[in-house]
Amino acid sequence: MKWEVVIGLEVHVQLNTASKIFSGSSTAFGAEPNTQASVVELAFPGVLPVLNRAVVDKAIRLGLALNATINKKNVFARKNYFYPDLPKGYQISQMDLPIVGPGTLTILVGEEEKVIRVTRAHMEEDAGKSLHEDFQGMTGIDLNRAGTPLLEVVSEPDMRSAEEAVAYARALHTLVTWLGICDGNMQEGSFRVDANVSVRPFGQAEFGTRREIKNLNSFRFLEQAIKYEIQWQIDTLEDGGRIEQATVLFDPDSGETRMMRSKEDAHDYRYFPDPDLLPVVLSDDDIARVAATMPELPGQMKARFVAEYGVSAYDAALLTTSLAHAEYFEQVARATGQGKLAANWINGELAARLNREGLELAACPIDAPRLAGLVVRVADGTLSNKLAKQVFDALWVDALSADEVIERDGLKQVSDVGAIEKMVEEAIAANPKAVEEFRAGKEKALNALAGQVMKASKGKANPAQVQDILRQKLA
Amino acid sequence: MSLTHQDVARIAQLARIEVTDAQVEATLAQLNNIFGLIEQMQAVDTTGIEPMAHPQDVSLRLRDDVVTETDHREAYQAVAPQVEKGLFLVPKVIE
Repeated sequence: MKWEVVIGLEVHVQLNTASKIFSGSSTAFGAEPNTQASVVELAFPGVLPVLNRAVVDKAIRLGLALNATINKKNVFARKNYFYPDLPKGYQISQMDLPIVGPGTLTILVGEEEKVIRVTRAHMEEDAGKSLHEDFQGMTGIDLNRAGTPLLEVVSEPDMRSAEEAVAYARALHTLVTWLGICDGNMQEGSFRVDANVSVRPFGQAEFGTRREIKNLNSFRFLEQAIKYEIQWQIDTLEDGGRIEQATVLFDPDSGETRMMRSKEDAHDYRYFPDPDLLPVVLSDDDIARVAATMPELPGQMKARFVAEYGVSAYDAALLTTSLAHAEYFEQVARATGQGKLAANWINGELAARLNREGLELAACPIDAPRLAGLVVRVADGTLSNKLAKQVFDALWVDALSADEVIERDGLKQVSDVGAIEKMVEEAIAANPKAVEEFRAGKEKALNALAGQVMKASKGKANPAQVQDILRQKLA
Repeated sequence: MSLTHQDVARIAQLARIEVTDAQVEATLAQLNNIFGLIEQMQAVDTTGIEPMAHPQDVSLRLRDDVVTETDHREAYQAVAPQVEKGLFLVPKVIE
């Protein structure tokens, strides 16, 4: 039987505020345990939460970027459950009236664009951390993370493969870092993904029973976990089994998902409006104030790169995977007036090298002005592609400009007609057989002669010129 | 609607409250009373009335994003039954 995969994602985006969502405690990562937990996070009797304005503004920012409805009246609710890293016995979240309503996010799968619907995004507080290492047979609790502001972004079940799910997660990651509302650090848990996965026979209208994979903190694990889960569900169904609704965890060591809890012991959260917090009411001005600070968004910038610099849609998509990439490209393109060539170098040589060395663009040893210096010399014919790669390698290790490297290593391409003519004549004289073959109509023989000239020039002759002069001399 | 003994046991379990059989009996009667009141309220026609999330028709005031708290770990942990290396210790929990 042919199966169709259905995936929806819930992403917890940690907002990069200075203080917590409901108190003036610091949110800085990595502090000594419990030194950033105030009486609000510790749930001392009588304390009251006071909402951080920056959390509201950042939520509006994401809402606007997703073309979503902003609910001008939204309400906090209590989600009740018992766990020691949540001292109040409830998490303050939003249920019926979240701040961000339906919107959309466009993703790129291969070279195809697809629009994924976003159901909602709501504000909530993070819980603390439980450390299960042995503390005299007890569990250690660190509440520094408790009260850190989160936006939970929920998608519709619009994705049909693990690749689409990863593309959506990446697009959302790009967007929240682009907007400057999240640091995007997945190792530190700033961007955590839950995946709801089900399968159904092709053509069936109803969804299959879903299982939720919790807390995936890398794109690689997200893809591995979904692929494993899909195969497991298909195998189970084809063996005549049934899928039970459940929450599962992914084990990166075994590459498998395993059941955490079944539907029978699923939580009953007994949500109700939090009487400690009044409804959040936003005015048109509140929204306009945030809208006025919105940057050019990835989609808009992509379209502009195609129109303004003549790069392909695919190149433009690669160049807008992060704000850092886009800014780097634009600096090089502006400095050189060579958008396409700049895009080729950034998406080609530079991307490959960064990838090989496991570096992010921020740590790239070649900054935009120095790459621009190289692109200029390729564009004006000073450097052949081969020489340009040599200069690129030198720029990677030496703090010199492209021109300084060309001067130091004597890499200037020879475009002097007289000098090339002399080398061409020598090559013709030394290779009578190739000359004869070419004159007999064998085009390939010309390449052999050109190769000789390039060799004689130590790779510095302008290859196009060499071809032209050879043809003239042999005509 | 009327609750059963099982409903009361389940509610008590969710709230982590231990109840004896005699208490279940008494609680059942009290809860059914409350549900009777709710039923009366639900009989009122509320068509066209916007639900309220809070009894007062006022909106939330926000605070600026500024760190105002300092470290009072020692004072806060003075009332904790057990601490180690700055962590609160609780009976082992593994979900």
